[in-house]
Amino acid sequence: MSSTDAQLALGSGSGTAGKPLGVFARAGQTTGWRSWVTTVDHKRVGIMYGAAALFFFVIGGIEAMLIRLQLAQPNGNVLSADQYNQMFTMHGTTMIFLVVMPIGASFMNYLIPLQIGARDVAFPRLNALSFWVFLTGGIMLNSSWLLGGGADGGWFNYAPNNGVMFSPTHGIDFWNMGLFLTGIASLVGAVNLITTCLNMRAPGMTLMKMPVFTWMSLVTQFMLLFAIPVLTAAQVLLAFDRLFGARFFDVAAGGDPLLWQHLFWIFGHPEVYIMILPAFGIVSEIIPTFARKPIFGYPFMVFSGIAIGFMGWGVWAHHMFASGIGPISVAAFSVSTMFIAVPTGVKILNWLATMWGGKLRFTAPMMYSVGLVTMFTIGGLSGVTHAVSPADTQQTDTYYIVAHFHYVLFGGALFGFVGAWYYWWPKAFGYKLSELHGKINFWILLIGFNLTFGPMHILGLEGMPRRTYTYYDGYNFNLWNMVATVGAAIIGVSFLYFFWIIWKSRKDALAAKVDVGPDPWDARGLEWSIQSPVPTHNFDYTPTVKVFDDFWYRKYQEDENGTLQPVATAEEIAQPGNGEGVHLPSPSYWPLVMAIGLPIIGYGLIYTKLLVIPGLLIAVAAFVGWVNEPSTDPEAGHGEPHDDEPSPEPAGTAAEDATEPETEADSAEAPVTEEVVAP
Amino acid sequence: MSDAAVAGVTHADHADHPPTSTGLSNEKLGMWVFLGSECLLFGGLISTFLLYRSKVLPDIPGGTAKPLHETFNIAFTSASSFVLLMSSLTMVLAVSALAQRNIRGTRIWLAVTALLGMMFISGQVYEFYEFVNVNGYGLTHSPAWSAFYALTGFHGAHVTIGIVMLVTCLALTFSGRVNGDNPETVEIVGLYWHFVDVVWIVVFTLVYLIK
Repeated sequence: MSSTDAQLALGSGSGTAGKPLGVFARAGQTTGWRSWVTTVDHKRVGIMYGAAALFFFVIGGIEAMLIRLQLAQPNGNVLSADQYNQMFTMHGTTMIFLVVMPIGASFMNYLIPLQIGARDVAFPRLNALSFWVFLTGGIMLNSSWLLGGGADGGWFNYAPNNGVMFSPTHGIDFWNMGLFLTGIASLVGAVNLITTCLNMRAPGMTLMKMPVFTWMSLVTQFMLLFAIPVLTAAQVLLAFDRLFGARFFDVAAGGDPLLWQHLFWIFGHPEVYIMILPAFGIVSEIIPTFARKPIFGYPFMVFSGIAIGFMGWGVWAHHMFASGIGPISVAAFSVSTMFIAVPTGVKILNWLATMWGGKLRFTAPMMYSVGLVTMFTIGGLSGVTHAVSPADTQQTDTYYIVAHFHYVLFGGALFGFVGAWYYWWPKAFGYKLSELHGKINFWILLIGFNLTFGPMHILGLEGMPRRTYTYYDGYNFNLWNMVATVGAAIIGVSFLYFFWIIWKSRKDALAAKVDVGPDPWDARGLEWSIQSPVPTHNFDYTPTVKVFDDFWYRKYQEDENGTLQPVATAEEIAQPGNGEGVHLPSPSYWPLVMAIGLPIIGYGLIYTKLLVIPGLLIAVAAFVGWVNEPSTDPEAGHGEPHDDEPSPEPAGTAAEDATEPETEADSAEAPVTEEVVAP
Repeated sequence: MSDAAVAGVTHADHADHPPTSTGLSNEKLGMWVFLGSECLLFGGLISTFLLYRSKVLPDIPGGTAKPLHETFNIAFTSASSFVLLMSSLTMVLAVSALAQRNIRGTRIWLAVTALLGMMFISGQVYEFYEFVNVNGYGLTHSPAWSAFYALTGFHGAHVTIGIVMLVTCLALTFSGRVNGDNPETVEIVGLYWHFVDVVWIVVFTLVYLIK
C-alpha cells in the first residue's frame, strides 16, 4: 500500500474498490443465490431471518411432537429418559433463540427502516453479519444431534448440573458455542437497529411520532443490548469450566451454583420481554388498522413499553423462589413481579380501547391479533399467580409453569407473528395470503393451542412435574396428557396448513397476476406509502412527517363533525417506486465469510484447539477484507439496479462490475491509485 | 464547492445519506451503544470476581489458603497500569493530530498508543506466567483464580482487539482511507480505547488494590 498526498484529499473509500484482498470481486448480482448470500438489503436480511426461523421452527416443532408422543400415555417408551432430557432442552433452546427471537428480528429488520422512512439500516453489512452468524450458530447448535447428542440440562442449564461431571457429552458445549454465536448476532443487531431508530428517522419523525412497532423494537433492542452480555458472561464461566477445567461451579471448591442462576435469569427475564415486545408492537399496528382508529393512548403505549423495559430488569429472582434466596429477596421480587403486570395491563387495556367503538374488520391478521390479546391475557393472569411466592413454591417445576409460558410465548408472541405474516405479506411479496384459509387456520390453531396447553394448568395443579420423562398410571394424569397430545397434533396440522396456504396463495397470485397496490389494508404507517413489493431502494425520496400516523392523515381528514373523510387514495399519494439517482450500500461477501469462520473456532474449542487457528484466520481475513471494502462501492454508480429499468447513465460501470472483469483478478493493490477517477 | 465541503466533513461512504436525526454519525452512535453493552459484560465478570475473590483453596490439603493479594505484585501491575493509562493520552494526541490534518503526527501517536497497549499486554502475559509457573496458581486452582483469569483475561482480550484496531487505523492512513477529511474513524477507535482503559481502572482497583 502506497501513500500519496493526492489520496489524502479523498474521502474514505474512494480509492479502494475492486477486489479487497484480491479474493472476491464485488458481488454485483441482483438475482440468483449469489445475490442473497451477498445481500446487505435489510428487506432481504429480514426475509432470510424469517425463512431460517421457520426452518428451525419445524425442527423445534418435531421435538415438541416427540415430547408429546412420549407423554401421551403413562410409562411411554417413545424416548428414553436421556433422549427426553435432550428433547426438551433443545426444544426450549430452539424455540427461544432460533425461532421467536429471529422472527422478531425478521420483522424488525424488514419494517423499522420502512416505518421511519429510511433507505436501509445504519450498518447494512453488520445487518447481514447478524443474520449469517445467527444461522451458523443455529446450525452449530443443532449439529449436536449428529455429533453425540444435544444439550440435556434444560434451556437454562443450571449449575452444577451443566458441568462435565453430570453432563459428560458435548451437548452443552454445543449449546454454549451455538448461543455465543446467536448472542453475537443479537448484539450486532441491537447496535445496528438502535442506531437506525435513533439516527435515521425521516425529517419530522420525532421519537414520539414513531410507530408503536418501531418503539417496541427499540425497547427490545435496548434490552438485548444489555441482556445478551450477561448471558455471554455466564456462558464464559461455563465454557471455562467445561473446556479448560476452571472451578466456577465446582461446589466442592467453593463455587456457587446460585451465581449461574442469577446471571442466567438477569439475562433470562429481560429475554421474556425481548420475545414478547415485538409481538406487542405488531398488534399495536394491526389493531388500529382494522379498527380504523388511531391507537388508544399512544404515549401510554410507548411509556408502558419503556416501563417494561426498565422493570424487566428487576424481577429475575422470581424464577428462583425455590432456590433458598431468603425471605427478603423473595418478598422484594414478589412485589416487583406484581408491579410489572401493570404496564402490561395498560397495553391490554389500550388495545381493547382501540377496538372499542371502532369499525372492526375481522381479517386474518386482526383475528390473530385478537387471539394474542386474549391468549396473552390468560398467560398473564397465570403469570401473576407465580408472583405470589407461596403459590409459586407449589407451582415451581410443575406443568402449571409450562402452561403459563406457552400461553405467553405461543399464545402471545407466535400468534402475533402469524398475524404479522398475514398483515405484511402483501408488502413484502406483492400478494396476500388467502384470507379465507387464514381465518379457518386461525380457528384450528386456536383450538389446538388451547387443547394442548390449557390442560397443562390442571396437570400442574395436580402435581405433574415438568422435565420428567414419564409418569405412572393412576395419578389421574392420563386423560389430560392425551388431550394435550391430540392438541399438539392439531397445532402440527395447523402449521402444515399454514405452509400450504403460503404455497397456494403464491400460486394463485402468480396465476391471477393480482396487484395488491401499495396499501391493501387501508393502513396507517409509512411502509404502506410505497409500492408492494417494496422496491430495492425503499423510498424514492425521503418522506417528511408531520403527525403520528402521517400516511393515514394524508388519506383521511376529519370534517367539522369529526368524521373521517377520504381526501386522497393510497394509489394517488404512494411513491411510484422510481429509484433513479439512488445510491445503495453495495453487496458484500465478508459478513458471510466472517460467519463461517466463527463456528469453526467453536468446533475447535470443543474438539481440537488446532481447528481454532483456521477459524481465526478466516475471521481475521473477513475483518481485513471488510475494513478495506467501502460499504458503498464507488464504482457502482448512481441509480439502483432496478428489476425492469437498468439505470441509464452509469450503465457502463455497473455492467463492468457485474461481469467481473478477470483482468483485474490479481491486482489487489495496484488499482488503488489508478481507479481514482473523478466521477 | 458546497458538494466538496459536504463530502469533506462526512464519511464519504455515507456522503449521500441525509443528515442523521441525532447529529451524531451512525458510526459514533453505534460505538457508544456497543460500549453500553460492554459495561454489562464486564459487570457480569466483575460481579463474579467479587463473589469469588475469597474462594481460594490451600496449596496442600489441610493447609491455609493464601489470599489473592498476597500473590499479586502490586508495584509491577501499577507500572503496567500507568503504561495503559498513558496510552489514553497518546490516543488523544493521535485524534488531535488527525483533526489538524497532521498525518505524520497521527501515525506516530497511533503507533505509540499501540506500542503502549502491547507493553501492557506483555506485562499481563508475564504476570500470568509468574502466577501459573512460579506460584502455581492457574485457572483450575480455585474459584477465585478462575474468576481472576476470566476477568483480567477478558480485559486483556479487549486491549488486544483495540491494538488490532489501532494497527488497522495506522495501515489505513497509508492507504489513504483514514485521512484528515474523516478524522472520526480514529476518534471512534479512541472511544473504544478509552473505555477499555476506564474498565482497567475499575478492575485494577477492585482486583488488585482492595484487600
